[in-house]
Amino acid sequence: MKTTDIAIVGGGPAGLCAAISAASSGARVSIIERNNSLGGQLNKQTHMFFGSEKQYAATRGIDITGILLNEIKKYEDRVEIINSTNVVGLYEDQIITLMENESKYYKMKPEAIIVATGAYEKFLSFSNNDLPGIYGAGAVQTLMNIYGVKPGKRVLMVGAGNIGLIVSYQLMQAGVKVVAIIDAAPKIGGYLVHASKVRRMGIPIYTSHTVKEAIGSSELEKAVIWQVDGNFQPIPNTETIFDVDVMCISVGLSPLNELLSMAGCEMKYVSFLSGFVPYRYSNYETTISNIFTAGDSCGIEEASSAMVEGYLAGLHAAEKIGKRHPSFEERVQDYTSQLNNLRSGPEGRHILSGINQIERRRDYA
Amino acid sequence: MLEITGVPTEAQIRETFPPIEAIDKGPIAVIECFQEIPCNPCATSCRFGAIYIGDNINNLPTIDIGKCTGCSICLTKCPGLAISIIDGSKSKDYVHFSIPYEMTPLPATGDMVRALDREGRYLIDVKVLGVRSNKNFDRTNIVTLEVPRDQMYRFRSISLEVIE
Repeated sequence: MKTTDIAIVGGGPAGLCAAISAASSGARVSIIERNNSLGGQLNKQTHMFFGSEKQYAATRGIDITGILLNEIKKYEDRVEIINSTNVVGLYEDQIITLMENESKYYKMKPEAIIVATGAYEKFLSFSNNDLPGIYGAGAVQTLMNIYGVKPGKRVLMVGAGNIGLIVSYQLMQAGVKVVAIIDAAPKIGGYLVHASKVRRMGIPIYTSHTVKEAIGSSELEKAVIWQVDGNFQPIPNTETIFDVDVMCISVGLSPLNELLSMAGCEMKYVSFLSGFVPYRYSNYETTISNIFTAGDSCGIEEASSAMVEGYLAGLHAAEKIGKRHPSFEERVQDYTSQLNNLRSGPEGRHILSGINQIERRRDYA
Repeated sequence: MLEITGVPTEAQIRETFPPIEAIDKGPIAVIECFQEIPCNPCATSCRFGAIYIGDNINNLPTIDIGKCTGCSICLTKCPGLAISIIDGSKSKDYVHFSIPYEMTPLPATGDMVRALDREGRYLIDVKVLGVRSNKNFDRTNIVTLEVPRDQMYRFRSISLEVIE
């Protein structure tokens, strides 16, 4: 059976950073990615990142992949990249099963595993929500920013979180009209600088509004929205109709956690982390020995913190299998303080209280 | 209001702007950053130490108008595109207003374009005084416009759209 020191499931921001720090610790690393290239969601983020220099702030997401891959290249003697491959099973005895190109199925036995699978998009239920022209925001970004294809001509954006605001801006950059951004919440959820950016281009934002229904015979032709009250209940006779051929649904993400559940990791629903997440120790190890996790798969946050969590999980996983980085303590301290810094604002307080619910302490006594 | 509409109030804007004496002296940065988020490229990119955030990167930036030279580096580094440069030293009737611009096509110097306010509403046609882009700006272009002084607290964006 194929073996490796550390298998990393997912080649997005968390997985790539985990690979860099595990490889720099001396471990043999296999990065398993379901797409045909690495980078994950970074490859669609044309905007400049927030955070500080250490998390590549002011650099565009699309350029961060290249920076991380250059770093990985330094360790190419011990890093294996397995693209176009899904991890379909993760078992308690730490065997993982892989499906390459939907055809070749095989097993791998790593010493440790880091699950950095990211997140999946939530969807919204409303009448006719399966009409062609109704997309998730991730699909719109993939079409536009990976393949250079416009999703349509006139878009209603559903969701005023960071993704909804950013994708609206990107649509305008691509020459697609965004007729409005709506959100059921009474306040804009994303960064206000992103909101101001799209507002001054003339895109209205309607908070306390949700989708009533989509109208169209063979594809989306109209979207009907209505206002909601303080309990998110629709208010009759507040309908507005938009002529649109695209509705872009951006109503949040949930941790992609199936592999962790399958392995038997103890999980908990934590609303501040946006879904079911594994209990974990401060070294990012789950309740199953030698199975680690980092990034959105253990709680929805920004890519900046996913990268730092990845660095930490990589260091710890390597240390666990006897490959301790020469400046292990120093690095752990640096990354930990970066995370604390990222989380020391109002948004970060929610994340920290979420983590507080799932982080376990070891009793070394 | 800002958190419901995405549009800062005029009071918020006026508080953000440097005093008119400073604007009339020469180019100076205007930072429209009203929310504590983890972000500090404006401070770390400033070669003159004019922008301060401090150890907690969630702090709002403060600007030392005595140190700001209006060099525009922060304008291109702000991920929120929240920084503009205003210069009132050139004319009694107009200010030179430089904004980040990431749309295509770019306007050309001398073009007349539609000036928009913070809600994207049309204000007036304004003249493009300059368009700068270089590798260091990393695809955030700087467009400088001639904005009448009575519009300077409202102006914030442009549109090249031709309205029939």
